[in-house]
Amino acid sequence: MRSYIAGTGSYTPDKVLTNRDLEKMVQTSDDWIVERTGIRERHIAAPEEATSDLAVKAAIRALEAAALDPKDVEAIILGTVTPDYPFPSTAAVLQGRLGNKKAFAFDLSAACAGSLYALSVADRFVASGAVKNALVVGADTLTRITDWTDRNTCILFGDGAGAMVLKPSDDPKRGILTTRLHTDGSLVPILLQPGGGSRDPISEKVLREKSHFVKMNGREVFKIAVRALEDSCREVLAAEQLTTDDVTYVIAHQANKRILDATLSRLEIPASKCWMNLEKYGNTSAASVPMTFDEANRAGWFKTGDVILMMAIGGGMAWGASVVRW
Amino acid sequence: MTTANVEQKVKNIIADQLGVGEDEIKITSSFIEDLGADSLDIVELVMAMEEEFEVEIPDEEAENIKTVQDAVNYITTHKK
Repeated sequence: MRSYIAGTGSYTPDKVLTNRDLEKMVQTSDDWIVERTGIRERHIAAPEEATSDLAVKAAIRALEAAALDPKDVEAIILGTVTPDYPFPSTAAVLQGRLGNKKAFAFDLSAACAGSLYALSVADRFVASGAVKNALVVGADTLTRITDWTDRNTCILFGDGAGAMVLKPSDDPKRGILTTRLHTDGSLVPILLQPGGGSRDPISEKVLREKSHFVKMNGREVFKIAVRALEDSCREVLAAEQLTTDDVTYVIAHQANKRILDATLSRLEIPASKCWMNLEKYGNTSAASVPMTFDEANRAGWFKTGDVILMMAIGGGMAWGASVVRW
Repeated sequence: MTTANVEQKVKNIIADQLGVGEDEIKITSSFIEDLGADSLDIVELVMAMEEEFEVEIPDEEAENIKTVQDAVNYITTHKK
């Protein structure tokens, strides 16, 4: 049995921070940011808004679209690196807020690849018949762990949440076809939040050294990302005897326009097939793939039989790709 | 592969990646100052050179490759 995406939803907080606003905060310019990232603005969670608050709104929209009562959800898997609390899970908070008692719920940590990882896990639960449905959520408030004095990273991130409901597919040809995940733990140092965990718990030193904020070696991440994404896209397509010519649409983690342009060019997939929204949202981490999928879906992009290629990569490095027949 | 061959291939890669005419690319050209590259263009150039010549150019070495000559020197010294 296969699972299929029965409904999607997304939510972004109201407050918008533009490149012009950033010009007043750090030494940067709108042109510089647009040229190197493609980002023009990003949404920022309000001070009282936590990751679960974004997740609840995205989840409700996805459940409505899938015509699934929140009380009937059987599994909740939430990708995040900015949970409400170190424990318990933000998925548990979400379950409580949905008034659901039936589902088991847990968070999954794979940074920007979090929702693709969550989708893969949920797919196995639904496709095996272990559960009748699953709610997959990617939600992050990366701006809470952003150093607003570091012009190399603070221009990149935004907050948001995206959700998908998976159900068993009646049609064996349609649904999630193949998903493959990869990790290379030798690359942990190139993208991480070094402080605030058990390695270096919050202390005056951590705060002084700002090690509780995201650190990134952008050049290394760029190189790894382009090669890893190309390889895993080819891998999932080959597993289904498909080629890049068969791909109708691409839904990719919105990290950086230059990374996506380089990846699509290597795959020889026209950029017009890839839904882009990072100019509005920046890099929203685990939220990015389901938010982007939801936008394209609600815009009526997908038609029965379309081949949709999804890809994501994040800290770990952790990455993967998935191919879906709509 | 001779140094002249390496130089020609490096120029082809630069022309392709940066969208500049090969006649504009001199051995002394600086990627940023003369050829209009930005930091991410240089990452892509390094990737293309790594793949073409089957060499690894670590990040700390890549920072020192600023001109066409620097690239040709690195490749001829490190290519197996």
